[in-house]
Amino acid sequence: MKRSPKAPGACGDNHFQLRLYVAGQTPRSLAALSNLKRICAAHLDGRYRIEVIDLIKNPQLAQGDQILAIPTLVRKLPKPIRKIIGDLSDTERVLVGLDLRDLPGRKAGA
Amino acid sequence: MAHRNTAARHAIPALEKAPTGITGLDQISGGGLPKGRTTIVCGGPGCGKTMLGLEFLVRGATEFNEPGVLIAFEETPEEMARNVASLGFDLKDLADRKKLYLDYVYVEPSEIQETGEYDLEGLFIRLQHAVDRVGAKRVMLDTLEALFSGFSNPGILRAEIRRLFRWLKAKGLTTIVTAEKGEGTLTRHGLEEYVSDCVILLDHRITEQISTRRMRIVKYRGTQHGADEYPFLIDEHGISVLPVTSMDLQHKVSNQRVPTGIPDLDDMLERKGYFRGSSILISGAAGSGKTILAATFAEAACKRGERCLYIGFEESMNQIARNMKSVGIDFEPWVKKGLLVHRAWRPTQYGIEMHLLRIHKLIEKFKPDDIVIDPITNLITASTERDVHSMLMRLMDFLKENGVTSLFTSLSNVGEIAESEVGISSLIDSWISLRYTEIFGKRHRGLFVLKSRGMAHSTQLREMNMTSKGIKLGPADALLAYRDRERDPQPDIDSAPRTQKVQTKSVRRGSSPKVRSARGAR
Repeated sequence: MKRSPKAPGACGDNHFQLRLYVAGQTPRSLAALSNLKRICAAHLDGRYRIEVIDLIKNPQLAQGDQILAIPTLVRKLPKPIRKIIGDLSDTERVLVGLDLRDLPGRKAGA
Repeated sequence: MAHRNTAARHAIPALEKAPTGITGLDQISGGGLPKGRTTIVCGGPGCGKTMLGLEFLVRGATEFNEPGVLIAFEETPEEMARNVASLGFDLKDLADRKKLYLDYVYVEPSEIQETGEYDLEGLFIRLQHAVDRVGAKRVMLDTLEALFSGFSNPGILRAEIRRLFRWLKAKGLTTIVTAEKGEGTLTRHGLEEYVSDCVILLDHRITEQISTRRMRIVKYRGTQHGADEYPFLIDEHGISVLPVTSMDLQHKVSNQRVPTGIPDLDDMLERKGYFRGSSILISGAAGSGKTILAATFAEAACKRGERCLYIGFEESMNQIARNMKSVGIDFEPWVKKGLLVHRAWRPTQYGIEMHLLRIHKLIEKFKPDDIVIDPITNLITASTERDVHSMLMRLMDFLKENGVTSLFTSLSNVGEIAESEVGISSLIDSWISLRYTEIFGKRHRGLFVLKSRGMAHSTQLREMNMTSKGIKLGPADALLAYRDRERDPQPDIDSAPRTQKVQTKSVRRGSSPKVRSARGAR
């Protein structure tokens, strides 16, 4: 996956605004939410806000963030917007996706 | 995922069709696309896939009261709207009137990180939402394969696409999915494996610098369909497919007769002339008088108060009008009266199918009783003979269906029947052959009726004289008297009046017409 790693690996003082899109209370959605909460608690130290959007209840919201895959985590802030799809079970990749860590063997700014 | 489970599994009648409203496509598909099923429209870039899908949606919304949903993966609705504005389709207006719902699905792989299991429920939700908003009956997914570049897990993707097709079917949505043509496969990602109801292949070929679009129904489960490649055009009115209109040959047949404009020639055709709605071929070498015969026919039609369309592929209108004055034919008053419409254009100006379409449109606009095309042989310069033949066949079918009496001229070499004529012979009802006979250093024009279906026509070879009062035919034996001196006396020569001026009183059939025709053809 190509990334455009403009932002530095560290999170800085930025507040993280995260939006998790799910479709009903499926095991995968529940897993994604609990994985997200765990990662945030471990790495963001209170500097985050998680908003869960259930597309079954609000289907019209899928268009705005161009949601196709479920679950999708969207990092609204800090900019730029990042998307991470899946149940967030791979913590390393989630951290990379949130720009909290570079993938091993891949340099930021390359 | 409630909506997935509520999908009704009602049975759809096997052969129900959703008309596309696209000219010609409904004919070759026997009424339209399979209703409530998914059709794949595939082809290379620029072949018209998107256009076909959009026209299907727009016509559905405007003509069949079936609102539609467009999920665009590659172009934004704004871009789409601009692209089809030239066809007179106003997508925005349709969207405002809730006849159409447009959703642009943007897939950018570089923005997405994949971590663990996922599905494409978001796409289903968006589709369901769009369908609910307008009460859609039709859906177009353009181009679904864009998903393959957006997600790296092909296993999940294929399973989800399979589920999507099942879902569309369960919802009873008549769907068009566009797909790029792959190498050796119909679609690049093998979508045809998931959908087995209907597959349409589009193609855009350039031959001799002239482009032709073609359409073929590769597969249509449970229905009879035209299996040929059908040329189609995209112009300001959308897509027009030009099918062989009468696969079953069921034209209305008229017993009414149409005078030829030459009393002597009428005499040869049971004294009545051609059948209305029949097709007539005038063949002959250069300068044998084909155009004069054609012009005489056109003038006669106008004199009867009929509308005549004259299409020239060789000479401009002005030139024909000038030349015809020398034999006493004046087109001008008929043009002024609106009974005669003349159009001339170069055969090489368009591809062969464009000619056909242009003629179609002229006919639909002007609604002529009679049509002259002079000469059809020139079309061969625009295409291959096979294509010309196929085009003429379709043109003649179209004319017959509309009851238009049609007269074509054809240039052949001296003394022989051109290949092209052999090809279309079966389509021709009455065939007048013109030829030269050289006798004592003078060239005589000869005319005979090679065939004329459904009537006891004369088999005489008559001398054709151009006078300032039009064409006069000499007595039957005038030419033969010269010609046959060295031959055996022919028992079947009609004994026509001997005096030059008298018109043939009656036409008697030769006892052996084949022998006469063969002799004439020499």
